[in-house]
Amino acid sequence: MNIIDVSKLVFEYIRRDDEGNVEGITTAIDHVDMEIKQGDFVAVLGHNGSGKSTLAKHLNAILYPSEGTVWVDGKDTQEEENLIPIRKSAGMVFQNPDNQIIGQIVEEDVGFGPENLGVETKQIWERVEESLKAVGMYKYRKKSPNRLSGGQKQRVSIAGVLAMHPKCIILDEPTAMLDPSGRKEVIRAVRALNEVEGITVILITHYMEEVIHADKVYVMDKGRVEMQGTPKEIFAQVDKLRSLRLSVPQVTLLAHELKKSGVALPDGILTTQELIEELKKVR
Amino acid sequence: MIREITFGQYYQTDSALHRLNPRVKLVGTMIYIISLFLFKEAAPFALALVFLAAIIKLSHVPFKYMIRGLKAVIVLLLITAVFNMFLTRGEALVSFWGLTITKEGVIAAVFIALRLIFLIIGSSVMTLTTTPNQLTDGLEKLMGPLKVIKVPIHEISMMMSIALRFIPILLEETDKIMKAQMARGADFDSGNMIKKIKAMVPLLVPLFVSAFRRANDLAMAMEARCYQGGEGRTKMKPLKYGKSDVLAYVVLAVYLAGVIVLGKWL
Repeated sequence: MNIIDVSKLVFEYIRRDDEGNVEGITTAIDHVDMEIKQGDFVAVLGHNGSGKSTLAKHLNAILYPSEGTVWVDGKDTQEEENLIPIRKSAGMVFQNPDNQIIGQIVEEDVGFGPENLGVETKQIWERVEESLKAVGMYKYRKKSPNRLSGGQKQRVSIAGVLAMHPKCIILDEPTAMLDPSGRKEVIRAVRALNEVEGITVILITHYMEEVIHADKVYVMDKGRVEMQGTPKEIFAQVDKLRSLRLSVPQVTLLAHELKKSGVALPDGILTTQELIEELKKVR
Repeated sequence: MIREITFGQYYQTDSALHRLNPRVKLVGTMIYIISLFLFKEAAPFALALVFLAAIIKLSHVPFKYMIRGLKAVIVLLLITAVFNMFLTRGEALVSFWGLTITKEGVIAAVFIALRLIFLIIGSSVMTLTTTPNQLTDGLEKLMGPLKVIKVPIHEISMMMSIALRFIPILLEETDKIMKAQMARGADFDSGNMIKKIKAMVPLLVPLFVSAFRRANDLAMAMEARCYQGGEGRTKMKPLKYGKSDVLAYVVLAVYLAGVIVLGKWL
């Protein structure tokens, strides 16, 4: 069964002048279709302004479609009574770690979601413990979030969502404000959730290195889905990606350039290991 | 300089005071403040000092940490003391330029300064040993009866806890904006008062803009985590009175009685 179904989604931002007259309409999402299976790791790529964050907000019923429909776990996001069940089954992690941590202590923040859901006190503690352990932040549970690094804060945010026992986690550029080591930390935690706990992950990002392990990749530009497929299929089309102002991983780029200058390599090489293997074959 | 303000911040350690029910601490702070303003004699103040010293010792928070909080209000303290010194009528000690310092004035100034210092340290002990969440939980519980007359207690306490959480973040941001502007030649330190205040405007505008942006983000994050007001919410750390809380109430009652006895009959 599909955990998320997006059908002909259109979203328009309407700009108004001071009197409230419509000045202009920006179409942020333009007829997007998307099907995401339970347990998948899906990445949505796009440069700034491609509509990927707007899309993410639809999956959590923070924004509603102008046209088309979004179903999360079989529920239409436009029905008001579905709001809480949808937000419960599709948790969301945002870009800025400082602006989404509510508690003054790590464990209190992780407990915020379950508290809102009306979970019993004893179970809240169990959930907090298991979520913090899942992201490797259990030993920081008594710390103030202000004393953590960016990557650690983001892992706390993920734990906060996990504690609500979602079927699916949407991460809206969770690594955009982090340094390289923080990025790795967060991506490792997210992959573990997907592989070990079987939670569906939708990762919105513009870092190519983060999507090579995804099951499926969507590439967005100007509100449309321009490409979709496995990472291999996507990264085989280096020139098209470049025309969408996206860079490819360095290894892929190297392989691409080598191929162009006559080395017999296959398309869509994603890791250094792979390139080494293929180069060995060539000799 | 900005980071030195400790008022309203939590100091993480483990102590009997940290474990106390926040309601006890709130009531205790209130009783302590009232006790400071009940009498003007030296004896109750001595008791208040002893009590405060004992509390500080119990809290395991370094004393230096609390004193830092005083720096922020030192100007206010001086102004209050000076005004008291000059404006209280009584036996003249010295007079110059048509102003007179009176004996009563000096005494009043000392008392008011002591009161303020005790008050600030006393209440910062509470905020240093209580997480904002506990604090607002405590307030919510204490003011619970007001819900009957439709006072939005839960919302008020939520706003307070969020405000407290963002104090250090916004302070850090102010520091950052200040440095960024100083790097481009902004001058915050020279000139007279009016000039200094005018120099703050380019600091406040970006600060407000960013605060609103943060507020917007935070509201979204809270909604995404199913926040829908106080109704149907459970507590991760429900407040329950324990033995030590009862003991603390007894200690408070003894203290208050002691102050009253000392003030009335000595």
